[in-house]
Amino acid sequence: MVGKLLLRGMLVGLIAGILAFAFARVYGEPQVDKAIAFEEQKAQAAGEAPEEEIVSRTTQAGIGLATGVLVYGAALGGIFSLVFAFAYGRLGSLGPRGTSALLAVLGFVAVIVIPGLKYPANPPAVGNPETIGYRTELFFIMILVSVAAMVAAVGLAQRLWKQLGAWNAAIVAALAYLVVFALVKAALPNINEVPEDFSAMVLWQFRVASLGIQLVLWAVIGLAFGAVVERQLATRSQGGLARRYA
Amino acid sequence: MSDIALSPGAAPVAIPVREILPWAIFGGLLLLLAIYFIGAEEGATSLIRGMYVHEFVHDGRHLLGFPCH
Repeated sequence: MVGKLLLRGMLVGLIAGILAFAFARVYGEPQVDKAIAFEEQKAQAAGEAPEEEIVSRTTQAGIGLATGVLVYGAALGGIFSLVFAFAYGRLGSLGPRGTSALLAVLGFVAVIVIPGLKYPANPPAVGNPETIGYRTELFFIMILVSVAAMVAAVGLAQRLWKQLGAWNAAIVAALAYLVVFALVKAALPNINEVPEDFSAMVLWQFRVASLGIQLVLWAVIGLAFGAVVERQLATRSQGGLARRYA
Repeated sequence: MSDIALSPGAAPVAIPVREILPWAIFGGLLLLLAIYFIGAEEGATSLIRGMYVHEFVHDGRHLLGFPCH
């Protein structure tokens, strides 16, 4: 049962990864190239020797990017399916497709959008190599806190459901989540390592492309996963109920 | 009664947690490890020597939003 869901989640994630790779090639790579050109220009102006190329740019932008996005997509789809297994049948009367779509929206907000407001994606040339450990730590702390707050908010909405009705319960829970985010955002240190003369346009377009890649991944997973498990879960609930009433 | 039970609109039945847990622990751990290799290996921490993994997935790492050098 769960194994089947996991396998389907990973396959859906892989397909989402292929689409996200195409998106990244078209909208992301031009920005990466511009950022690297800026980086090289700066190094040259400073009289530094050009960085040794371990992997060629063609490989990085081709098979390397594909590997990264596809593995990430499959892993995301797999984890998504496990969360779905917990959530299905526990979120009111939402069916497979509704549960899947709702989880994708909540996950996209909690894992990508909200943490990204505090620690946004950065192109090459932005970021000091010496602070990589520190930045990575903060990045994952932000995601962990955000996801924990989202899980708590969903729990809160469920508890308030009967008293307040679906709409008001969801609004109260969303506000509670936003309060937690505002507090955490104020508590965690800011990071700004964008070089003074880095193009604002390239930075903006890079971040929009990065958000777009994630949107493709989460939208495809959220919509496709519900569709591919609908039948499996329908037969299961019928079988279960039929047994119960037999 | 059975007509209602067998209708496609039947209420969703939750999967028991004990059925999910083994998959969630082992599967989830492996999948997180995969994300670690794409997102953070040879960056903040390193299990393998050298910079090959980092350089190979470099573009994906930046574009997926992970902190990078």
